Parts: sequence; C-alpha cells; structure tokens
Amino acid sequence: MSIEHNDVLLEMRNVHIEGFADEQWHPIIKGVDLTLKRGQVLGVIGESGAGKSTLGLAAMGFVRPGCRFTQGTVHFNGTELIALSETEKRAFWGTRIAYVAQSAAAAFNPAHRLIDQTCEATVRAGISSRDESRSDAIALYESLQLPDASNIGERYPHQVSGGQLQRVMTAMAMSSRPDLIIFDEPTTALDVTTQVEVLSAMRKIVEHYGAAAIYITHDLAVVAQMADDIKVLRYGEEVEEAETRVMLESPKEAYTRSLWSVRALEKTEEKGEDIVLSMQGIDAAYGSSKVLHNVSINLPRGKTVAVVGESGSGKSTAARVITGLLPPTAGTVQFNGEALPSGLKSRTQSQLQRIQMIYQMADTAMNPRQTVDEIIGRPLEFYLGLSGAAREQRVLELLTMIELDESFLDRYPSELSGGQKQRVCIARALAAEPDVIICDEVTSALDQIVQEGILQLLLRLQQEFGISYLFITHDIATVKAISDEIVVMYQGEVVEQGLKSDILSPPHPAYTELLLSSVPEMDPDWLSTLLKERA
Amino acid sequence: MNEAPESYAAAAEVAVVRKRRGRLERIWLALKKAPVSAWFGLIVLSAYIVVALFAPLLAPYGEAEIFPAPFGPWEEAHRFGTDQIGRDIFTRLIYGARNTMGIAFVTTLLSFAIGGGLGLVAAINRSWLDQILSRAVDVLMAIPSLIFALMLLSIFGSTVTSLIVIIAILDSTRVFRLTRAVAINVVVMDYVEAAKLRGEKIGWIMRREILPNIMPPLIAEFGLRFSFVFLTIAALSFLGVGIQPPTADWGSMVRENASLIQFAQYDIKAGLTPLLPAAAIALLTVAVNFVVDWFLHTSSGLKDEH
Repeated sequence: MSIEHNDVLLEMRNVHIEGFADEQWHPIIKGVDLTLKRGQVLGVIGESGAGKSTLGLAAMGFVRPGCRFTQGTVHFNGTELIALSETEKRAFWGTRIAYVAQSAAAAFNPAHRLIDQTCEATVRAGISSRDESRSDAIALYESLQLPDASNIGERYPHQVSGGQLQRVMTAMAMSSRPDLIIFDEPTTALDVTTQVEVLSAMRKIVEHYGAAAIYITHDLAVVAQMADDIKVLRYGEEVEEAETRVMLESPKEAYTRSLWSVRALEKTEEKGEDIVLSMQGIDAAYGSSKVLHNVSINLPRGKTVAVVGESGSGKSTAARVITGLLPPTAGTVQFNGEALPSGLKSRTQSQLQRIQMIYQMADTAMNPRQTVDEIIGRPLEFYLGLSGAAREQRVLELLTMIELDESFLDRYPSELSGGQKQRVCIARALAAEPDVIICDEVTSALDQIVQEGILQLLLRLQQEFGISYLFITHDIATVKAISDEIVVMYQGEVVEQGLKSDILSPPHPAYTELLLSSVPEMDPDWLSTLLKERA
Repeated sequence: MNEAPESYAAAAEVAVVRKRRGRLERIWLALKKAPVSAWFGLIVLSAYIVVALFAPLLAPYGEAEIFPAPFGPWEEAHRFGTDQIGRDIFTRLIYGARNTMGIAFVTTLLSFAIGGGLGLVAAINRSWLDQILSRAVDVLMAIPSLIFALMLLSIFGSTVTSLIVIIAILDSTRVFRLTRAVAINVVVMDYVEAAKLRGEKIGWIMRREILPNIMPPLIAEFGLRFSFVFLTIAALSFLGVGIQPPTADWGSMVRENASLIQFAQYDIKAGLTPLLPAAAIALLTVAVNFVVDWFLHTSSGLKDEH
C-alpha cells in the first residue's frame, strides 16, 4: 500500500442507472461519484439493494440486461466507457478491467479444465500465446498459494474446493495484468478459515502487480483488511467515503455507525439444567461415507446451543438426524426424556410439531406460489386444526410477533426482502408452537444490519415463549450474539462442548483456536498480524 | 423509498412489490403484448371450440343423414357435396370437430392424469418405485407407438373407450418423463423438505407444493400432446381402426373420400373435397402450436431483454 496514489485511473461522475421492472423504470444508482487512482483499493459496502454490484459493473461501463445508464460519465484511463459500443467495450473487459464474481462455482464452466479457463481471456485477446499464458497461469497459482500449482489447472471446477476455486478465479482475473479488478463479494460464500487464505492471497497479488481494485462486500471486517479507502452506499446514494482507518474510528453518519454497532450484540449466557433434546452417541452416514462419529449434543430447555464448524464438519447432518430426515446408524435422539423414532415416517404428528426447522436460504424454504398467509397459516391448520376467523386472527398475531403487518398477507415470497423472508420462515416455525427450533445458518445469507434484527427477534421470542434453539452457524459474531452454550464440530466429531465463556476463552484445542482466530476483526492490521503469528 | 427511515424496521425493508391485478386484467395485459401468431392461434382455436360445442345448431343436416346422391357435387344444398354413401360433407366436417377434438381432449386429460401423477410420485419417491416406473416407461417407449396402438386396438376392438384408454396410456409415457424431470428440480427445494418435516401427506406435497411450480411446462406440453393425440387419432381413423362410422371424424373422412382426388383434373372442387378435413386437422395443429409457443415464451422467462 506504499504506492503513490497520484495517477487517476477511473473516474465516475454523477452516474445514474435505472432498472426496468413492472412496466416502469426505477432508479438504482442515483448520482454516485467515484475516483480511483492507480494501485488504490476502494472498499464499497452497503446492504443488499444498495446498488453495490450495479456500481461495480458500471465501473466497467456495463449494466445488467434490463438496466440502463441515464446520466453521468465513466472515464477509464482517459476513455469514456458508457458511450462506447459493445464491441469497443469488449476490448477493455477481461484484459484492462477484470471482474471476480461472488459465486466462483457458478462462474466457471464445469466442462473445461481450470487452466484453459484461466488462459482464455489472454489467448483470445492475442496478448500472449497459449504456452506463455499457461506458464504464467501456473506462476499465478503459485503466488496465490494454491496446492500443487503446476497440476491443479488440469482439474475441473468440481474437483477443487470453494476457496481454491475463488483463488483460481482471482488468477483468471489477474492473467492479463489488468489495471483494475472488481471484486464482488469474493469471500462471502466461504468459511472463515478459508476466507483468511483467500483474502491474504488476493491482497498480496493486488499489491504485487500494483493493480487498482474495487472491493464490494457487506462485511466491514473484511473490507477493513483489503481497502485503502471505504465508500458506504445506501439506496443507490453515497453515504460517506473516507480513508479506512478514519472511517473505522470515527464514522460521521448515523447510518454508518449503525452498521458498525451490529457486531456489539451479545447475549448473557445462562446455564440450563433441564435437557429438552439430546443426541447420544450418534453415528450417521450418507451411503458408505460416514459423516458423524459418536456425536453427543445436549440442548437445555429455553436456551441456545450454537453448533459451529466449517462446511463439511457435519453441522447440518446433525440437524438432519434430529429432524428424522437421516436415520442414524447408531445412537439415539432423546426428546423430552423419550427416545424419538429414528425415521421421519414413524414419528407422531405431535413429535413433528414440537421440533421445527428454519433454513439458511429463505428463498428456497418458501413455496414461491404460496402467499405469506398460506405459508404461515398451513401449520395452524395442520397441527392446531384452526380455520376461518381463528386462523386469520392467529396469522395476524404471528405477523405482529415478527414485526410485520397485515399488508404482507397476500404477498408472495418474491415480493419480500431477504430479512422479511427469513422472518416469515420464523413465523411459520413459530406457528407450530414448538419446543425446539433448529436454525440452520439462518442469518448467514443476510446483511449485517438485517442479521441483527433477526437475532434480536429470535432472542425476544426465546424470552417470551421459552423456545430452545439449536443454532447452526460458522459465524463467531453470531455465536456471541445468541448462544448460551457452544458445540465445536470438526470432520463429523464434536471437538468440545460447553458454556460460551468457557469455549471462547483460552486455552483452546487446536481446531477451536484456528476457527476463532480466523474471524475477521474490525482492525485494519488484523490480517497482517494474524499471518505473521501463523508464519 | 426516498424517505430513508432513521432506525431499522423490518416492515420498511425495500422489496419489489408487484401491483395487485385481477386475473382478467393480467390476461388482458398479456394478450395485448401477444404477437400476431398467438392471436391467430387463439382466434382459430376459439372458432374450433365454438363449432365443436354448437355443432348440432350449426350443421345444416344430421350427422348420419343419408341423401340419395353419393359423391354429389358442391352446390347450394350441399356446400361441399356429399360423400360415398350420400352424407353431407359440410355437416360431417362440423361434427368431426366435435368428435375428434372431444376424444383427443379427453385422451390428453387422461394421459396427463396417468403420466403426470406417476411422474410426480416417481420424482418424490426416487427409489425402487421410480426405477420400476421409469424402466417400464422406457420399454413402452421403445415400441413404435402407432404399431403398438394398431395391435392393441385389433385385440380390444375399436370402441371409443378403448381408443381413448390405449392412446392415453401410450402417450402418458412422454408426460411421465417430462413431469418427472421438472418435478425432480422442485422436489429438492427446502420448502418440499419443510412440508415433509411438517408431516404432510404425499397428496398435499404433490398438489400444493410441487404442481403449482411445474405448471408452465406441463400446460405447454398439454397443448403439444393434444396436437399429437389428435394426429394419432386421425391417423388411426385413416387406417380404419380409429373412430368408427357412422360417427363423423376427419381422419376417416380423408380416407373415405381419398379416391376423389384423382378427379381433380375434371372438377377441381371434387379434388379438394378430401383435402378439406386434412386442412381442418392441419390448421388446428398449427393454431395449437402458435398458442403453446407464445405461452412458453411468456411463462418461461425466455425473453429478449433488449
């Protein structure tokens, strides 16, 4: 970050973008200015719908289908991009300006080898020959610390992990040594332990080649590690922009401060004695591959047990065993002191009613063809036999509980925001009047400010109704906010279980240590310090 | 959206809410944007339906009424002449719409009930039942369906009932495959799992959770299958094992009057007579396809954005 920032590379002035929906043009970006110098990394943060991605794409002179520029200019290296034709713009894309998308898995073609996809842009643009760009790709893989750099390119996208794929995508973006890289939430889909590796690799390579970058994210702690400056967006307008340290220490606007405060939420832990749900010595397998080994977890009544671990650690499988979707090969699940039948079909309606589930992706957890009224009302009809006015009444009560009103009754899921969708899912679980709710990463797909709202709602409901939560997550901030006890899982085994304060304070088993230290902190030096410690 | 709330409120989160429109209003909006081909298809289709429904009112004579002169010319009393035993061809064309379309419609419905139902069950079950059903369907599809239908019809006799049942079963294999393929994508959704966890019966899951989400391709397929069933019936009738006389039917009308075509060099109108029912079949097939194309285009999201 020692490069002199004098030379202006990208200058966006008064950019307005509109999107077409429901027979009307709606403003998405309302007059944003952006200046980026060579070698500078600018972080763009904001909630979903703030126009972050649209702004990032606009920096390439591109708008998504169904959108249009209405005003403003985008000067890249002295060339005005908006006015150029599609073909002329293509001369810049992939060579002078590169784009790293959020979901690497969706951005790769599953039918081609990684190295061919990495080299495609440079070879097609005629920058270098196939052999040159292949050896260059391998060098890039090496500098991105990919394992077995000389051969990993021969694999197909499904043969590498998500973190590795994200790094290959960064290599792909770097292959033409662009002047500008746009990172659009590149680590959002990754585990914290993987995120650290990807972040450090990306930071290193950006610094090494002196490229300028726009880093789009909703995670403040991440952006603090990457960016020289931070720009906060809301409703398509700039809230404020300042140097990273200044921004973190003394944000000017109330909205920015509210973004900062989210991570402060913390529940005071309580020990519970009365065990409502317990897994005892559970082994489970998908076909011949064993996923759970002798897992025992106890959930006290009215308390929250957070299950943490990276993806593949068996967190969600444990939930599937409890719900009966995956009968265990050994061990029992006890509920209210009685053993639950292992399979879903042999459970009684009241057993099903007492354990409810909330999913990570609220989008797919609700039938897109049912209205909010139908979604929340169905458990009422099904379990409680309510109908007519009594059902109506109860649905409204539930909507009030989740802080929504009756205007939502006839909406379809596609007409709800991310947070509202998750609230409706909570109401559906609540409608069954359960003892236990299993929350499977319920906040990880949401913006921080919305996350806080959901977590507070869950806490309030717990106090009011004494519901117990089994809260599956990989985010330690969430764990602090909601849990009484913590279970750490790794490769299908429980590493440790105990009260939150015990688990979070040292000494830790090695894996817990790695997990905890990988959680980004709101300190611009955190990543450097961490890497130094680990080295 | 312009007034940003100071503090966070769940109800104030921004989401795109579509305008509430009545069903009629939505259909009218869609129709206004429909291309000419869709309009053509819709008009032709409605005309056929009106003719089929009001056949006895529209037809000048009775369906099987026989006049003294066979192979009569086109004239005032018999607009398209008479057939080989002296029945009015215009009348039989009108009744043919009713019989052929009615039977094709019932057959398609039945094949969707069988194929769609089993396809959904297979998609939800995904185990031995799915294997048995899918392999059985493979076997059925391996046999050329027209030949198989001919064989079955000659065993069970060419009654309207056996015609409907046999064609419906043979055709349901394709519906089964389509339904199973599209339903499998929906079955893995969390909301279906949520319904299973709630303890819902398979009937509810099929009807309320899956079916509404796979309707567009099924409706489009319904239109296409209707055309095919209709062509199959016409073909079987032409071969003589389809709809039996004296019931009027376009396929058998082509066959009965086919020989007239060689008189075209003497009287062009006589030559055209066997082509009239064939044209009726062709026009309906084209119309149905136009409508299906338009429906698929609007419902699948396969739109040009620019």
